Amino acid sequence: MKKKFNILELDVFYTILAIVIGFIIGAIFLVIAGISPAVAYGKLFSSVFSKPKYLIWTLIYASPVIFTGLSVAFSFRTGVFNIGAEGQYIVGSLTACVLGIMLQLPPVVHAIVCILGAALAGALWSFIVGLMKVKRGIHEVLSFIMFNWIAFYLSNYVVNIPIIHKEGGGEATKDVAATARILFPQSIIKLTDCSAANAGFFLAVIAAILIWIIIEKTTLGFKLKAVGFNRSAAEYAGINADASILTALSISGALAGIGGAVQILGMGGRLSQLAAQEGFGFEGITVALIGSSSPIGCIFSGLFYGAMKYGGSKLTMVKAPSEVINIIMGCVIIFIAISHVFKTLFKRFSRKEGK
Amino acid sequence: MDEKTVVIEMKNIVKKFGDFTANDGINLTVHKGEVHAILGENGAGKSTLMNVLYGLYQPTSGQIFVKGQEMHFSGPKNAIEAGIGMVHQHFMLIQPFTVTDNIILGVEPTRGLVVDKKLARQKVVELSERYGMAVDPDARIQDISVGMQQRVEILKVLYRGADVLILDEPTASLTPQEIEELMAIIENLTADGKSIILITHKLKEIKACSDSCTIIRQGKYIQTVKVAECSENDLAAMMVGRAVSFSVNKQEQTPGDVVLEVKDLHAKDYRGVEILRGLNLNVRSGEIVGLAGVDGNGQTELVEILTGLKKAESGSVTMLGTDIFNKTPREVFQYGVSSIPADRQKHGLVLDFSVEDNLILQHFEEEPFSSRGILNRAPIRSQATELIEKFDVRPRQSELRPAGTLSGGNQQKVIIAREVTNDKALLIAVNPTRGLDVGAIEFVHKYIVEQRNKGRAVLLVSFELDEIMDLSDRIDVIFDGQITGEVPGKEANEKELGFMMAGGKKA
Repeated sequence: MKKKFNILELDVFYTILAIVIGFIIGAIFLVIAGISPAVAYGKLFSSVFSKPKYLIWTLIYASPVIFTGLSVAFSFRTGVFNIGAEGQYIVGSLTACVLGIMLQLPPVVHAIVCILGAALAGALWSFIVGLMKVKRGIHEVLSFIMFNWIAFYLSNYVVNIPIIHKEGGGEATKDVAATARILFPQSIIKLTDCSAANAGFFLAVIAAILIWIIIEKTTLGFKLKAVGFNRSAAEYAGINADASILTALSISGALAGIGGAVQILGMGGRLSQLAAQEGFGFEGITVALIGSSSPIGCIFSGLFYGAMKYGGSKLTMVKAPSEVINIIMGCVIIFIAISHVFKTLFKRFSRKEGK
Repeated sequence: MDEKTVVIEMKNIVKKFGDFTANDGINLTVHKGEVHAILGENGAGKSTLMNVLYGLYQPTSGQIFVKGQEMHFSGPKNAIEAGIGMVHQHFMLIQPFTVTDNIILGVEPTRGLVVDKKLARQKVVELSERYGMAVDPDARIQDISVGMQQRVEILKVLYRGADVLILDEPTASLTPQEIEELMAIIENLTADGKSIILITHKLKEIKACSDSCTIIRQGKYIQTVKVAECSENDLAAMMVGRAVSFSVNKQEQTPGDVVLEVKDLHAKDYRGVEILRGLNLNVRSGEIVGLAGVDGNGQTELVEILTGLKKAESGSVTMLGTDIFNKTPREVFQYGVSSIPADRQKHGLVLDFSVEDNLILQHFEEEPFSSRGILNRAPIRSQATELIEKFDVRPRQSELRPAGTLSGGNQQKVIIAREVTNDKALLIAVNPTRGLDVGAIEFVHKYIVEQRNKGRAVLLVSFELDEIMDLSDRIDVIFDGQITGEVPGKEANEKELGFMMAGGKKA
């Protein structure tokens, strides 16, 4: 059998195409706003690539969204829609923060306890929604969105509890104990000149590989996918569908929860009272979609998003609104969503050319 | 039929999908006022050919002529303009819309900027009267019968001015009564000069209403014959490529111990109405028990209870003496119940999964297919390769193809391969040959009989009386939630069974 290589068959091609179109549309908006796209994109590019330090910041920005991206991607692959990664992220960061402040444990052990606590919190947050789905038939999308808000206000409440709250220190908690942080040793931080250089990205890569193995290689993944694709047939074959859905949602929630922990223990060091949801969970949806719901793809799309977020934050220096990043990402998603239209068009075009 | 006027001519049509050749040099000539059947096994390439004619696919090579003019369709729109219409097997109607709305959708008559509903309704009524197709133009699709929905689909095509109608498996979901009505409609249409292309694998229907028949086998053109000059056996042999036996070859055999025993089973249907009312049934090893009955008399619920999908109210169900009353599907399976489900796409297969993954759906947690939670691809693949070969699943090398890309008959073969290799004490087969062609039916029947010969107990539930009578050692008639009569398989006749299925007692 001879297989002809055809770039038009590759999903990655359409993802890159969508990104290019996203940038072009972003450029149109920049022109309308009276800013040279060359200057703005030049700044975006140099903000990420011009110094090794910037690249490390990109990794730091990418870590939490890789986790939330994995969370959403895992839910997509197992037939549920975790739109509640935001809430699970919040309870994860909250749990990690509280454990990081309250407990006194040796280094590394403390960090591990915080991360596991966050994973458990995220899993539980998602599990409750799953329970309402399988026991009472409540659609998960509705309850997830409500749980996002419950998590949000719960977090703001806890931030202000006296024993957690930092006296006279603005609207934030005390600092997490140094033993709980996942920062790299001082020597590396000095070397890289990046004050928040941390192990988050490595944890994200390990998580992505683990999730890939679960989905592709294990009986657990087989079971969850079977239920996701066709619940009736899975039940008929003797698979407990309710238990599978709960497992899938718990794993998905745990990933988002760890994302929250990585952000607090790596970059933030403390939790602030928030005026609005930070959007890490929703960014996870974008990351999952750009990564074609593949765990490994999520690493790359998370890096892309991290770079856009970090580079975008510097755009104000050239008087470009950083919101243009949201326009670009929005367009990317739209064009990925309709990529099959392009696929059909291109294939038809290339066939006519071939005649 | 007007032998002189050729409306459609397809010459040497080739259609390839990647390396796979679905149509390999097919010719088709359709005359005015003719019913032209296209006969072929599941997956032979009938639907592909029709999709080429309807503009959904562009042929790799070959020519299409409509009324003598060569055509290049780039989409169904061109085909419709050329007077070709297609009624798909699965209706494409918008449920909450009325019959009229559905018929005019996309080609609405307008007055100014608004749709002229009055004119539309009038046109629909005219058309339906002209061809004797009773439809209520104001009824919503969701409220009308399957037969009427099909008439709406036909009207939709006629409304767009079609002279050639492609009917894809039109009788698949119709009751016998509705099939007769359809035959009458086809007659009216051809009398008016319309041509019909009928895709089917039901030989009876081809004999009943077609003038000519083009036979396709594995993507290749075999020949075109005059139906009047062929017997059903001839047609079947041409389609399959060998002589097909319609009767099942079955040796006498004394059944063994009771495998499945159902006593005084009571159950309610989804509306809470009692549907099983003290049903008693047993199946012994080495025998096929056929359950005959009109749909809706409790057979669906009985099967659901036996397979663990539904809970019964009271009674007892035992497998080899072990109580399996209201157990879960997993437990029931472990106690020895395997089944070929009625709805193969809903219950039988995960369509997005590959064939090899579907074959391990019940066993993926067992050795050798997995160990310590990790799937072992090598044994999974080799089992699939073996079963695909043994059960003649086509195309070959389909281990990694999603099951949803196989034709219906081949999907059924995958399920049968899985359930038969289970080696459970009881096999429940529900409408195992629905939608299959004669070659595949013969194949399925052979395997069911083989299971019985091996000493398994088989419960056959089917709406096809012929199938029940051919296969069963014993026939139980179900009526109103009870077994109302029993006849030995070889003594059964259609008349007596029909009488009992309608609630009559055995004389």
